[in-house]
Amino acid sequence: MVNRTGKIYGINGPVIYLKGNTGFAMSEMVYVGGERLVGEVIALDKDRTTIQVYEETSGLRPGETVEASGGPVSVLLAPGILDNIFDGIERPLEKISESGGAFITKGVSVDSLDEMKRWETHITVREGDYLHGGDIFAEVPETRAIVHKCMVPPDLEGTVVSVVPDGSYTITEPLLTLRTGSGEERGIPMAQRWPIRKARPVSQRFAASVPLVTGQRIIDTMFPIAKGGTAAIPGGFGTGKTMTQHQIAKWSDADIIIYIGCGERGNEMTQVLEEFGELTDPRTGNPLMDRTTLIANTSNMPVAAREASIYTGLTLAEYYRDMGYDVAIMADSTSRWAEALRELSGRLEEMPAEEGFPAYLASRLSAFYERAGMMHNLNGTDGSVSIIGAVSPQGGDFSEPVTQNTKRFVRCFWGLDKSLAYARHFPAIHWLSSYSEYLTDLAPWYQDNVSPKFIDYRNRLMALLNQESSLLEIVKLIGSDVLPDDQKLILEIARVIRLGFLQQNAFHKDDTCVSMEKQFLMMDTILYLYKQARALVTMGHPMSVLKSENIFERVIAIKYDVPNDRLEMFAQYRRDIDSFYQRVLEKNA
Amino acid sequence: MPIEYLGLSSINGPLIALEGIQGAFFDEIVEFVLNGNERRIGRIIELYEDRAVIQVFEGSENMSLKNTHTRLTGHPMEIALSKEMLGRTFNGIGQPIDDLGPLGSKLKRDVNGLPLNPVKREYPRNYIRTGISAIDGLTTLIRGQKLPIFSGNGLPHDQLAAQIVKQASLGEDSDEEFAIVFAAMGVKHDVADFFRRTFEESGVADHVAMFLNLANDPVVERLITPKVALTVAEYLAFEQNMHILVILTDMTSFAEAMREVSSSKGEIPSRKGYPGYLYSELAAIYERAGIVQGVNGSVTQIPILTMPNDDITHPIPDLTGYITEGQIVLDRNLNGQSIYPPVSVLPSLSRLMKDGIGEGYTREDHQDLANQLFSAYAKVGDARNLASVIGEDELSPIDKEYLAFGKEFEETYIGQGPEENRSIEETLNLGWELLGRLPKEELDRVDTKILEKYYHPTKRGEGVTTSAAPGSIANR
Repeated sequence: MVNRTGKIYGINGPVIYLKGNTGFAMSEMVYVGGERLVGEVIALDKDRTTIQVYEETSGLRPGETVEASGGPVSVLLAPGILDNIFDGIERPLEKISESGGAFITKGVSVDSLDEMKRWETHITVREGDYLHGGDIFAEVPETRAIVHKCMVPPDLEGTVVSVVPDGSYTITEPLLTLRTGSGEERGIPMAQRWPIRKARPVSQRFAASVPLVTGQRIIDTMFPIAKGGTAAIPGGFGTGKTMTQHQIAKWSDADIIIYIGCGERGNEMTQVLEEFGELTDPRTGNPLMDRTTLIANTSNMPVAAREASIYTGLTLAEYYRDMGYDVAIMADSTSRWAEALRELSGRLEEMPAEEGFPAYLASRLSAFYERAGMMHNLNGTDGSVSIIGAVSPQGGDFSEPVTQNTKRFVRCFWGLDKSLAYARHFPAIHWLSSYSEYLTDLAPWYQDNVSPKFIDYRNRLMALLNQESSLLEIVKLIGSDVLPDDQKLILEIARVIRLGFLQQNAFHKDDTCVSMEKQFLMMDTILYLYKQARALVTMGHPMSVLKSENIFERVIAIKYDVPNDRLEMFAQYRRDIDSFYQRVLEKNA
Repeated sequence: MPIEYLGLSSINGPLIALEGIQGAFFDEIVEFVLNGNERRIGRIIELYEDRAVIQVFEGSENMSLKNTHTRLTGHPMEIALSKEMLGRTFNGIGQPIDDLGPLGSKLKRDVNGLPLNPVKREYPRNYIRTGISAIDGLTTLIRGQKLPIFSGNGLPHDQLAAQIVKQASLGEDSDEEFAIVFAAMGVKHDVADFFRRTFEESGVADHVAMFLNLANDPVVERLITPKVALTVAEYLAFEQNMHILVILTDMTSFAEAMREVSSSKGEIPSRKGYPGYLYSELAAIYERAGIVQGVNGSVTQIPILTMPNDDITHPIPDLTGYITEGQIVLDRNLNGQSIYPPVSVLPSLSRLMKDGIGEGYTREDHQDLANQLFSAYAKVGDARNLASVIGEDELSPIDKEYLAFGKEFEETYIGQGPEENRSIEETLNLGWELLGRLPKEELDRVDTKILEKYYHPTKRGEGVTTSAAPGSIANR
């Protein structure tokens, strides 16, 4: 197995060919050429080995040596992952910049994680304990917010023969010695490696039952996602995919956020780095970066690493899930990943399916989304991985292959709409084209934790919006003046719902993240206004009189006027609606 | 003495195959000598043991399998760099064509550039005042941004780009360290001339490096033109601490050239015949904008592209929009009404705007005002659609107010003179004056406090005043 090598025969962009049977294994990581560029074996036959290279191949010559590494492409798992930014194959960009300056040069050899740093370690096992794969043996405070739990690699078990005392250790020093069933003694350090394309094992999968609360009204109330769920955000450029992902990454109640910038803008990654370093997590008071890891493969970085970046992020997420945390992955954008597949497939001259995408696009997408879920881990803890993937459909057309195939495998669909974005209605998630299959799964949670009326209120809001949409069809033909007053009221209330509830200002300190309780009270106020106004209309009071009162505008402005910590103010709004009712009655008595 | 290879194995369009070569590397530049006198250069794009596929920048006309000597240069595509490049004119592969002789610089760089490390980027926050209301007010340009102009044939995108260059360079932030890198790919002679004249007239000609690949120049050459230009821009910005504005026109020609080469290579096409790597290639160009930490300079890009058949969903504008930080879209309908610049406000966007405006940058009300204008103008569209069905007379009073607002907004806010240079105050005040046409309760995007401070109802029949350039409206 040692020192298997091959010679480069052909080079075509990021794909290189070696002649003859090299003895390399499929998906094995290799080092290419004198600069030792990282690559992966993607096809093998008797007289040719095909390799995709994760770095720029310009400057490579035929005849240069390719060396096998002996294992598949894998990531290093240990403390130091959080509050860090990596490229697509887990190389820390901070370290790369120390050695290479402002630009990313080729063939940089840096450790994935700092192997010199000493971590304050608390050992949780004793000599003689029998440990199974996945069991926790030590705890390390990785950041102010997160305690890192060191686990026995999933494929190992045995009796603890010796163990070090609490103290500070590096990630490579063995902390305990394990005697396995065969009598072999193995030192176990904090760090372990795991191949990125293989899901980490769990003992059981649970059904979704708890929502991932994001503080965004259209998501939490209208189209909720469960912890361990999957969601897709498709939208043309400028409709706010990235903005929505940033908002969820900032305010959701996940313990850990893995943000994968896959083929997107460099400035956006810089923005996340800067902003998340300054913003504090409302729940813990620590900087958001303390619970965040960024994987950056910007659009001008090598395309093969873009394909890998998604799996790197997933594997890191699964590792933290195994510790018992709720992890949320933001993948921005899965379309770039699919395009990387297409580009490599084209270089390999594979037979294309739809729009040049390879025929295995659907199976790769399903394998990706199926790694999400609420799990019972090997060590007895429960954790979840939720995946929120942005989709950038070509021409904003949702019928293209990536959107269509994604729709088959996700259970939550937040369709972004161009005309809403043009009118600067954000988040531009369209209430008619979006859906969430988790609503029924999560209904008991809402009933127990927010209000028994929650689901009923939510459905009434949706019904009003649907009625508005059919009324607008008529308005488009004949104008709104000829509608009867009760229908005019529906239009007015739907306007209050759209502007006052669905629309949310990410730059407003109170409106950027809203608690479930406030969301419920807002719905309650809007529906109370509707009830009172409808009573007035039924009594024959014209809409023009109702609208001459400013109560509708006041209710729209609740999102700005009621601070998140002064929810008792809602009682005043109820009184205001009552006095509005009385005034209209008296005026027209 | 390097080895020379005599003869070629095959020629197919701009692609040449050569067998029996030794020691070549991927992406290496080779030099051809035709009939002993004419020199051309090419780039190795595929390499199999001793067989190389080479793309010839100047095209393969007159080349035969016998008359050509080929020499490996031993380096990738490079360009000599110096500050002296400002004020000079080059062809599409960076060779001087202005009779001022070669550059005396020893410093050479690979034109492919390297990806900028996100941890070393500085998030752009300083806005560039262009003096154009539609841009300053609604799609603010930020230093270090890449903001393309999506246009169509026959629309005044060149005038707009020229006006931005002129007014941005004349602005109060202007200093000695401002320069322009201009790259033309497959544009008409007249267009190149127009830009040259504009640069001369506005007195910035000494601060411009021009790279010209005109419509009748070799097609393959324009694949390298933007890379050459951006290598120069990066050098001037990050090593000479200058603020560089890069104009790339026309990105559509660049993408067409890529499709042409891809099809001669026999590659599997993805959309509309463009190769699968169109996105990566465009990104490799657009991403070369930004600011590096600890460096004074910056690269701001204004690529121009003409949307085939004015279709914004065509792969070129579509993929561009996914990479760039917004877009300025021009509209044929507004142009038909003689409104200049014909900026179609609703699909236009500046992604970096939100962090570069507001208190401390422009004015506290800027974001809310812009949101409200967008939202109100979107309603104008609805009212117009309705009017076209039921007639203007049947509209409700509020819809009629929106129609009046829309007309005035297009004429006075979007429309302005090609020489008119509005201050940011003027642009913002003009916005509030227009919003004053609408009842206060219609303004639902503005924070209540800001609304109290800035909203004043404009009386009916009272003309909106633009304090700058009197007569610019009356002239139309």
